[in-house]
Amino acid sequence: MGEIYPEGIKKIFLMGNPNVGKSVVFSRLTGVQVIASNYAGTTVEFTKGYIKLGEKKAEVIDVPGTYSIEPTCKAEEVAVSMLEDAISENKDGNIVINVIDATNLERNLNLTLQLLKKNIPVIIALNLWDETKHTGISIDKEKLEKILGVPVVPTCAISGEGIKELVSRLPQAKAKTFDYAEEERWHELGNIIEQVQKVTHRHHTFLERLGDASLQPVTGIPIALILIYLMFTIIRFIGEGLIAYLFEPLFEKLWAPVMMKLSVVLGSEGFIHNILIGKLVGGEINFVESLGLLTTGLFVPIAMVLPYVLAFYLVLSFVEDSGYLPRLGVLVDTLMHRLGLHGLAIIPMMLGLGCNVPGALATRVMETRRERFIGATMMAIAVPCMAQIAMIAGLIGKHGAKGLGLVFGTLFLVWVALGILLNATIKGYSPEIFVEIPPYRIPSLTTLMKKLWMRTRWFLQEAIPYVLLGVLIVNILYSLRIIEFIGELTAPVVTGILGLPKEAVGALIIGFLRKDVAVGMLSPLGLTLKQLVVACVVLAMYFPCVATFAVMIKELGALDMIKSAGIMIASALLVGGALNLLL
Amino acid sequence: MGRFNLAQMNQGETKTIIDIQGGHGLIKRLESLGVRCGIRITKISSQLMRGPITIKVGNSQVALGYGMAKKIILE
Repeated sequence: MGEIYPEGIKKIFLMGNPNVGKSVVFSRLTGVQVIASNYAGTTVEFTKGYIKLGEKKAEVIDVPGTYSIEPTCKAEEVAVSMLEDAISENKDGNIVINVIDATNLERNLNLTLQLLKKNIPVIIALNLWDETKHTGISIDKEKLEKILGVPVVPTCAISGEGIKELVSRLPQAKAKTFDYAEEERWHELGNIIEQVQKVTHRHHTFLERLGDASLQPVTGIPIALILIYLMFTIIRFIGEGLIAYLFEPLFEKLWAPVMMKLSVVLGSEGFIHNILIGKLVGGEINFVESLGLLTTGLFVPIAMVLPYVLAFYLVLSFVEDSGYLPRLGVLVDTLMHRLGLHGLAIIPMMLGLGCNVPGALATRVMETRRERFIGATMMAIAVPCMAQIAMIAGLIGKHGAKGLGLVFGTLFLVWVALGILLNATIKGYSPEIFVEIPPYRIPSLTTLMKKLWMRTRWFLQEAIPYVLLGVLIVNILYSLRIIEFIGELTAPVVTGILGLPKEAVGALIIGFLRKDVAVGMLSPLGLTLKQLVVACVVLAMYFPCVATFAVMIKELGALDMIKSAGIMIASALLVGGALNLLL
Repeated sequence: MGRFNLAQMNQGETKTIIDIQGGHGLIKRLESLGVRCGIRITKISSQLMRGPITIKVGNSQVALGYGMAKKIILE
C-alpha cells in the first residue's frame, strides 16, 4: 500500500466519541500525560503533543470527544471546528485517528461514517479491544477493514497493546473510502454491524449489578450518601494524618531551627529579615503568622494545603475513574433543575472543590450559555477550593466543629439560594440531562498514581509561586503602610457592615491573588470565632482568585464576567452583613 | 399492542422505538447516542419526581430527561 503523504504526516487529530480512551491513546503516542477519567467530557479543550515518525516529528492533537459532527455542547463545538480547520488548512499532512469503543461498535461507527465523508485521511483504533472478550462481543476486524477501506487496528490503550501497530500503519490512512447516501446512514451501519459483529449472551457481572443498583432511587440514594460520607472521612483522615505526622514535624523539628539561625544572622529584625523570615511572634517563628517568604510562604502551601490537596485528588481520581460521577449526576438531576442546572453540573462543582480553575473549565459540558453562567457563578461564589478549605479547617478547626459547620453550612445555603435566584431571574430554561452512563471500571493503581502526580505537580507549580508572590506583596504593602491606608478608606464596609477590624482588608486584597494566604492572614488579627466565620465566608464569596478570574473571563466573556462579579460582591456583602447581625 | 411512551414503560421491560415525537434537533441528538426508531431499548431505572430515566441501548446505557422520555414512543 502506498503512503498517503510522501512528505510525511504533520498533524494527527485524535477523534472519537466521548469516553472511548482518546486521552489514554494520546498519552501512549506522545508520552505527554493528560487527565483521563471514566466519564464523557473529561477533555474539554485540546491538548497537543509530539510523536517521532521515523526522522520527522508530527504533532498529535487530543480533540474533545463528540458523538457526531453536529455539535450539541461547547466541548463538541471545539471538536467539530478543529476538524473543519484540519480539513481546510493546508491539508497536506493532516490525518485523523478515529478512536472507537469496540464494545459500542454501532454508535461509534456512526461518527466514523461521518468522518469518512470528509476530505481527510482516517485510520481507526479499535480501542477497549480487551473488554470485548468479557462482554461477549466478537468483531471480525479484517472484514471491518475491508468494508470501510481504511486500516482498523485493535488497541488496548491502558496496557499499550496495539499502539505500535497503530503507529506503523498511520501512513496507510485514507480519505473518502466509504460513500453512502446521508439518509441511509443508519441502514448502512446496520448492515456493517450484521456482517462484522457477533454478540453472545452472558450473565450480568457484579459491577453491572452494582451499576444498576446505584441508579435505582431506593438503593442509589443511600449508596450516594454513604459514598460522599466516605469520601469526606477519607480526605480528612489522610489530610490530617499527613499534617500531624509528616509535614508539621518536618517544619517544626527540621526547618524551624534552620530558620531561627538565619533569623539571628539577619539580626532578628529589619526589612530583609521581615521579607525572608517575617515577624517573630514571642521571640519564635510562627509559621502561620510570621509572613516571611521562607517561613509562611513555604509552610502554607506545603504543610497546610498540600496534604488536603493530595487527599482530595486521590479520592476524586478514584471516583472519576470508577465511572460513578455521571450516576451521581442522574440521582441529583431533579434537585439541580431547581437551581437552573441539570445533574451533570455536579461534575464542575466537584472539580471546583479541588481548584476552581478546572471547575470553571468543566462547565463546558453544559449545553447552554445560561447554564454555564449560572454554574460558573455558583461555583466561584460558594464552592471554596481545597487550598481555602484546608486553611479554614486549620484556622477555625481549633475552635471546634461549630465554626466549621457555620462556614460550610452558610456556603452551602448560599449555593442553593443563588441557584434558585439565578434560575428565577435569568431568562430561559435548563435543558434536560442527556448523557451516556459509562460501565463501572475498577481504577488501575498506576493510572491513579499518574493522575494524582499530574494534579499535585500542577498544584505545586501554580500555588507555590503565587503564595510566595502573595507573601512578598503583603510585606511590601505593610511596610509602605498601604494596607493601613486602604483599611481607613474601607472601614465603613469592613467594620461597619462586616464587623471586622479594618486590618482585615489586607486579607481581602491578597485574596484576589491566593485565597489560602488570605485566610492565613486572618490568624494574627486575634479575631473572635464570629469574626473568623464572617471573614472566611466573605473571603470565599467576594471574588475569585486571579487564576479563576482569568479562566472565567475566557469562558463567559467580559460582559457576563462583570455581571457575575457584581453578583459575587453584592452577595458577599449581604451574607457577611447578615452573619454579623445574626451570630 | 398499544403505543406508549418511555416515561410510562415499566422498569425492566424491553420494547422497540417506533416514533420520536420531536423536532429535527432532538431526533439528531438522540440518534447520536444510538436512540432512534427501530431500536430495542430496556428501561433500567427512573428517578423520583419526574427525574431522568436510564435505558440500555445496544451495549451502552444512556440517561435522559423525563420530557425527552415522553417523546419516545414504543411498541
